[in-house]
Amino acid sequence: MELDRIERLLEKYLEASTSIAEEKELRAYFSQESVASHLKQYAPMFQYFSLAKEERYTKELPLKKRSINYKWLSIAAMAVLLFGIYFGKGYQEKKEAEYAYNETKKALTLLADNFNKGTEKVAYLNEFENAKQKIYNKN
Amino acid sequence: MKQSEFLNVVMPFKDKLYRLAKRLLVSREEAEDATQEILMKLWSKNENFEKYKNVEAFAMTMTKNFCLDRLKSKQAGNLKLVHSNYGDNASSLQKQVEAKDSLSWVERIMEELPEQQKMVLQLRDVEEYDYDEIGELLNMKPTAIRVALSRARKTVREKLMQKHSYGIG
Repeated sequence: MELDRIERLLEKYLEASTSIAEEKELRAYFSQESVASHLKQYAPMFQYFSLAKEERYTKELPLKKRSINYKWLSIAAMAVLLFGIYFGKGYQEKKEAEYAYNETKKALTLLADNFNKGTEKVAYLNEFENAKQKIYNKN
Repeated sequence: MKQSEFLNVVMPFKDKLYRLAKRLLVSREEAEDATQEILMKLWSKNENFEKYKNVEAFAMTMTKNFCLDRLKSKQAGNLKLVHSNYGDNASSLQKQVEAKDSLSWVERIMEELPEQQKMVLQLRDVEEYDYDEIGELLNMKPTAIRVALSRARKTVREKLMQKHSYGIG
């Protein structure tokens, strides 16, 4: 009676029209010791499926390690960034000071040049003095 | 999401990912690497976990695509060659399988199936997914799944019969 049912289920199984429950029944039947001799060839198939389901993924996941790495990585990045800002600022200040110095120097040179021009012009005033002396000497 | 929460979500199906990867890639090491890769990818985008209705289905699809890509790339071909030179003696389960000779036949027979049949058979007969889930994962219509499944089952049975009658072992 039961054998009949198993045979029918097997046929349905090969046509892929069994339900999951029916397939479970088949697996249960073939996992026991007393399998009818003419159905013995099917046994390895179902036994293998049950065994294959037992296989486990045992490798450990390196989740923790990675998050720690990220932490240290961010700390290192921060340090680099701060150093960069610190030294970068110093460098920029130096540049600015140099620029200001050059500009001031330019301005002062301009001023000095104009003063010199002024003194040259003022030098003509001496002519008055000379003329005056000449007049005094004649009298 | 914290690490422990993530592990709680992932724990129930990580073995399924691994078994699917192993079914496709055959080599244990490659399957482990693939599984790790997938889980790390999930971990890296775990903030939008809520968006996915079914994380397991999503992860299974990712695994399938990842493994198929691996198989396509030349690199995987090279790796496979290397792996087949070495015995896989680390896992005790593997030994168990090897010991039960006729069971390892089934495994080898399954290796020879086309990829799609392999996956259908794996998802249905090992993982006991229903047709809707398989359809979602493999992007197949129910009738196509039935056809592939029926073919795969018949092929396995026939090859098993052949080995039996020839008494190869």
